[in-house]
Amino acid sequence: MSELKSLYQDIILDHNKSPHNFKKLENANRHAEGYNPLCGDKYDIYLRVENNIIQDVSFEGAGCAISKASASVMSSLLKGKTKEEAEELIEVFHKLVTGGVDPMEELDRLGKLAAFAGVSEFPARVKCASLAWHTLRAALENKDDVVSTEK
Amino acid sequence: MKAAAEMYAPATSRRSFDVERVRADFPILNQTVNGKPLIYLDNAATSQKPAKVIEALRRYYREENSNIHRGVHFLSQKATGEYEGARKKLCSFINARSTGEIIYVRGATEAINLVAHSFVQEQIKPGEEIVISEMEHHSNIVPWQIVCEKTGAKLKVVPINDKGEIILEEYEKMLTPKVKFVSIVYISNSLGTVNPVKQMIEMAHEQDIPVLIDGAQAVSHARVDVQDLDCDFFVFSGHKMFGPTGIGVLYGKQEHLEKMPPYQGGGDMIKSVTFEKTIYNELPYKFEAGTPNIAGAIGLGYAVDYLNDINLDDVYIYEQDLLAYATEAVKKVDGLRIIGTARHKTAVVSFMLEDVHPHDIGTIIDSEGVAIRTGHHCTQPVMQRFGVPATARASFALYNTRDEVDALVQSINKAKKVFQ
Repeated sequence: MSELKSLYQDIILDHNKSPHNFKKLENANRHAEGYNPLCGDKYDIYLRVENNIIQDVSFEGAGCAISKASASVMSSLLKGKTKEEAEELIEVFHKLVTGGVDPMEELDRLGKLAAFAGVSEFPARVKCASLAWHTLRAALENKDDVVSTEK
Repeated sequence: MKAAAEMYAPATSRRSFDVERVRADFPILNQTVNGKPLIYLDNAATSQKPAKVIEALRRYYREENSNIHRGVHFLSQKATGEYEGARKKLCSFINARSTGEIIYVRGATEAINLVAHSFVQEQIKPGEEIVISEMEHHSNIVPWQIVCEKTGAKLKVVPINDKGEIILEEYEKMLTPKVKFVSIVYISNSLGTVNPVKQMIEMAHEQDIPVLIDGAQAVSHARVDVQDLDCDFFVFSGHKMFGPTGIGVLYGKQEHLEKMPPYQGGGDMIKSVTFEKTIYNELPYKFEAGTPNIAGAIGLGYAVDYLNDINLDDVYIYEQDLLAYATEAVKKVDGLRIIGTARHKTAVVSFMLEDVHPHDIGTIIDSEGVAIRTGHHCTQPVMQRFGVPATARASFALYNTRDEVDALVQSINKAKKVFQ
């Protein structure tokens, strides 16, 4: 039960209910589509990158609470970040949900992302949490292919 | 037209079915998960195994393990006897004409691939057609797509209605002279629909089209009689009928099997081998290359014994009652929509909950000890048909109870509360 509470944190439930930046970005110059064929979760990530800086970000799509909240929190952290800073966030997040980071020791670096620490207790849900981040990486690299969690 | 319910029409009543006694036969059910009693409602994925089957596997490896069909020593003869004995049990279980029509395979998937490769692909020509339905499992879609790719044949899909039933008028229209094969699921794993396969087979046979029935979801819920159905092929997996994984059956009419070339070459499927010419073995061994899953086959034989002892007619009546109870109970949950409301169903309840994604339902109710399946259930076209990315699915077996249905409903309500 306590594990379950740690997964469905208020911040995750809130972002699921009212996701931030949940729209298509009309002037985007980077885009990627992410898909988890096992559960049907699907998201589009849109970026406006100028001079190596993410000026604007948005996402669209459908999926479980974990995947949607993850995309939403991610989008709220990216504005103003350089490509390298975004890549660093991707790394940190991946370590967090796979149990490779002690969230208490890394609170500063993690910020809002710490809410996803509970995911590491639910191996079946790591892909849900990671989907938007994989898609972000593809968008940064400007890959047109659909990103699958199963590759 | 004979309805599916009439086809079953079990003669006996519920009198002899004692679910508590049945539960005691399944050791795995007696455990807690996350501090709660395990409630296993993922039977369409795989069923649990009775002690009898587990014990048979254990005994085989402890006392009888040996290779079959060649040794003259004591153990080999004993293992061969048990392995072939299981084939006899399976033969009468589905009422095949002879054991030559019972081919051991890894499961329903391999059986379909075998028929696709050695029967359909051998004969079908460019532009000719294979008919399946919109509710097929991926295992009854992809092998046919592969055949079509290789031969230039076309795959035709019979649509289903909003309840999740095959539209028979459409099926009838599709059965043109171009059609060379029909492959249809008996019972849908994601919707629970029982298809009127006997009628569908008759309709295809009127046009001389052979039919394969995917019986993976059928054999543990109702009596199957392949002669009465008159299907040309019937496939099922052991692990969904309380037997081990990695073993299943392809039933085929002897006249077809005799004409078909082998699926794989190797030991045991030959009569004699020289570098000039190899003579294939007789049925069923022609299709059983290599050392088979001996323990699995023996274990499956014990699963058949178990179902015979319990009486599948009683199981059918019990599960229908449980389905009616479960359907009413989950319907009462606010914002819940059942996907698959066919008139003839087995005990499968697939559902969507407003504002809660199936995956979140699955995780939350697991914390209450309730195991269900969430996702597309290897039937992505069904999900597309109903416009959903996934469903939550509770699938019942003979050991499930009304109390477990109540616990399921409670846990669903808990999931709703988390998302309020």
